[in-house]
Amino acid sequence: MTEFDIHAYLEQHRGKDLLRFITCGSVDDGKSTLIGRLLFDTQQVFEDQLAAVERDSRKYGTTGDAPDLALLVDGLQAEREQGITIDVAYRYFTTESRKFIIADTPGHEQYTRNMVTGASTARAAVVLVDATRGMQVQTRRHSYLVHLLGIEQVLVAVNKMDAVDHDRATFEAIERDYEDFARQLGIAHYRCVPVSALTGANVTRPSESMTWYDGPSVLEWLESVPAGGGDDSRRPMRFPVQYVNRSRSDFRGFCGQLAGGCVAPGDPVVVLPSGRRSEVAEVLLHGRAVDRGVAGQSLTLTLADEIDVSRGDMLVHAEQLPRVGDCFDARVVWMHDRPMLPGRQYDMKLAATELPATPEAIHHRIDVNTLEHQPAEQLALNEIGHCRIRTGRALAFDAYHSQPGSGAFILVDRVSNLTVGAGMIVRPVTDALTDKSENVTWHRQSVDKRSRAAQKAQRPAVLWFTGLSGAGKSTVANALEQALFQRGHHSYLLDGDNVRHGLNRDLGFTDEDRVENIRRIGEVARLMADAGLVVLSAFISPFRADRALVRELMEDGEFIEIHVDAPLEVCESRDPKGLYAKARAGVIRNFTGIDSPYEAPEEPEIVVDTAELSVDECVEELLAYLKRRGILIG
Amino acid sequence: MSTDADCRLTHLEALEAESVHIIREVAATAQRPVMLYSIGKDSAVMLHLARKAFAPGRLPFSLLNIDTTWKFQEVYAFRDRVAAEDDIELITHRNVEGLEQGINPIDHSPGVHTDVLKTQALKQALTRYRVDAAFGGARRDEERSRAKERVFSFRDRHHRWDPKNQRPELWNLYNGRVADGESIRVFPLSNWTELDVWQYIHLENIPVPSLYFADERPVVDRNGMLIVVDDDRLPLEPGETPRMERVRFRTLGCYPLTGAIRSEAATLPDIIHEMLVARSSERQGRAIDHDAASSMEQKKQQGYF
Repeated sequence: MTEFDIHAYLEQHRGKDLLRFITCGSVDDGKSTLIGRLLFDTQQVFEDQLAAVERDSRKYGTTGDAPDLALLVDGLQAEREQGITIDVAYRYFTTESRKFIIADTPGHEQYTRNMVTGASTARAAVVLVDATRGMQVQTRRHSYLVHLLGIEQVLVAVNKMDAVDHDRATFEAIERDYEDFARQLGIAHYRCVPVSALTGANVTRPSESMTWYDGPSVLEWLESVPAGGGDDSRRPMRFPVQYVNRSRSDFRGFCGQLAGGCVAPGDPVVVLPSGRRSEVAEVLLHGRAVDRGVAGQSLTLTLADEIDVSRGDMLVHAEQLPRVGDCFDARVVWMHDRPMLPGRQYDMKLAATELPATPEAIHHRIDVNTLEHQPAEQLALNEIGHCRIRTGRALAFDAYHSQPGSGAFILVDRVSNLTVGAGMIVRPVTDALTDKSENVTWHRQSVDKRSRAAQKAQRPAVLWFTGLSGAGKSTVANALEQALFQRGHHSYLLDGDNVRHGLNRDLGFTDEDRVENIRRIGEVARLMADAGLVVLSAFISPFRADRALVRELMEDGEFIEIHVDAPLEVCESRDPKGLYAKARAGVIRNFTGIDSPYEAPEEPEIVVDTAELSVDECVEELLAYLKRRGILIG
Repeated sequence: MSTDADCRLTHLEALEAESVHIIREVAATAQRPVMLYSIGKDSAVMLHLARKAFAPGRLPFSLLNIDTTWKFQEVYAFRDRVAAEDDIELITHRNVEGLEQGINPIDHSPGVHTDVLKTQALKQALTRYRVDAAFGGARRDEERSRAKERVFSFRDRHHRWDPKNQRPELWNLYNGRVADGESIRVFPLSNWTELDVWQYIHLENIPVPSLYFADERPVVDRNGMLIVVDDDRLPLEPGETPRMERVRFRTLGCYPLTGAIRSEAATLPDIIHEMLVARSSERQGRAIDHDAASSMEQKKQQGYF
């Protein structure tokens, strides 16, 4: 290499980005071998390390004369001797285009907390499946946890292809099994790759033994998935104030790592929870003024006004406010031997805010293997619960899936100072929703949901039709129910008007009442799903938060959001109930699409375009979709 | 409208942002933090990041140098130049009892020397200054047991690390809470690799001791290591004559314990170039790690950084 080459290299290396990913699987799946192979093939392994591995291979190894690459990654002595990976270990390697950080975590159920820890900072996941054994319970568990932590890019490495003669049919059968599961869970971006970590096939280079596979290798996939910076910068601006820099008498800067969005001088900001307003004067990156800060950067902001701001406050853009409140529902992963008990007080840390918090109730526990919701009175180590949390004072927060930086928190034991729980906020809770039935427990019945549904040759589901008035929700839902009935399925159509005449006749149209209306409908739909039914509901349900609320009540994969889509002009020209005319005339207020917004679904399970398709065509599409999803069997 | 490419952080920008976040978090939550300053390249990067974290202000904590008295003379000169800078408060601590007992790396094993003059000295200083959070420049890629140490790593009253009982560390939500007498070791460079460190030093023009760069130096061979004869404290064995060789250091430990490597790398790009073709990892030059396969893990449990 000449001097010129090294400078070119430095220039290239300087432009690399960073991808953090997690590997999930157990020792038996060959996970350590896969990581060892990535490190070895990308030449991150030095001679003295290899010598140590060769020495250890003779002592602990399982590969005969060849160095056992798994020993490169097994860190602590106790683990080496037991041949298991106990904790989270971090590994580093770099290629021409990217630097990678691997969070290597153990696969067994008793290490769920370690996996959650590793997944919390990862942008992508590699889930290992042993080709000789196919999809296992742990494959589902790992995929669920990856999904829970909001990781959107998943690679399923079907390993040990050398042990099944590189058989294409074996791989494709596993790929199909995974596809069904991923759909049920809602994992949108995944890729199955047949590999042999032992021989290196499809890990960093294509395999001559599997010419039938023409997709990317594991490394190619890792080099191509989004690393995250762009996504985070498109979110609303969230700047948790971590530290106030007043080290000079004429300077008061607010330091923090921008959790979401971008920030520029002149941006109008609100300080939460106080609600004071100001404007960004300067954005400083390490003392230097810049035009703009982007998500992920550690910045110092100065404001145009001298207002009270301290550590724990959040600066947000004035037009994109988060929730401010003292109560929310969250998924909590418990990480300590002493169980989480409702009513006990913990200290919570969310971004830079630290305050007391009490889990008031556990709505249910989620079985990480079957994804079933179970009644629970406490959360034990490694258990995951859907809980209601009340904080000692109000704070600003977001739902985790839309804004991880202001939706994630940890719980700390007040006596031992240990981190005992990790939480992801699902939604805020307003007082109207507060549970008044604390002492009523959910009864476990001996005939369960699955058996009721299986008897009907279907899986329970809630088909949530949403769209503008006149888009055709009721028409399509009715026609679909007829088609289901003719095919022998058991369904029920929940109609908005009918519900308002009975169950919800005490509710009006205030914001609180609308939320309560949706909550009751959601609960009824949940009971019906528990009865094994395919539930259809047709309400405008204009707000994303409300639909998210119902989705949250259901088991993962049960809630199917169907966007019945037609342009406003088309709906208005249909005007089946004459409501648009009244709204335009000002006779009705708060009419969706006219003087009240409709928040279209961002990621509906399916969209039917009623401006383009006939009712029958819509029904055909939906039936085909439900079959693909495995909701209708046979 | 901004594009994704504008919002993308390079890997060094991402690491820098993470480290600055970690350093500020300690300043915001600890009562009596200090930054361990060992004068090497990792300390240089850590100090540079700390200055960035608090710009345009001063560092809100002191630097602490644990002095075994066995560093290279040039390293001490470099330390004294840093200590003289306006914004720096540097505390130097030595294990006086240990030095009075005559502990040294020539007559005693590397293990005894390190334990008494480094580990014990560090514990004395942390206890004396009632430090509740101490920054260290260790990186996870240095050694296998470091790979699973937390960024905020808890130490009990006896400064001990329990690798089996570490606090879960999620997202960027660090838990630095301690009771009286307990402390946290904080590693802002956890996710940096040796290559990242050199690349960053190059990009940011960070000064480092010149022992990292190749030069003609007097050396002798000892136990398979090239030992630079830095002063007259190194007794020469019969028949041993220092000869001049072009060498440099990848790591700056105590001088009779740290081997030099033959090298022509006299500039930062040369060093990086050499690293890219290097076939042995940086800790190999340190006698201390070779005692047993898991020796670093055992030392860390006893309080070593």
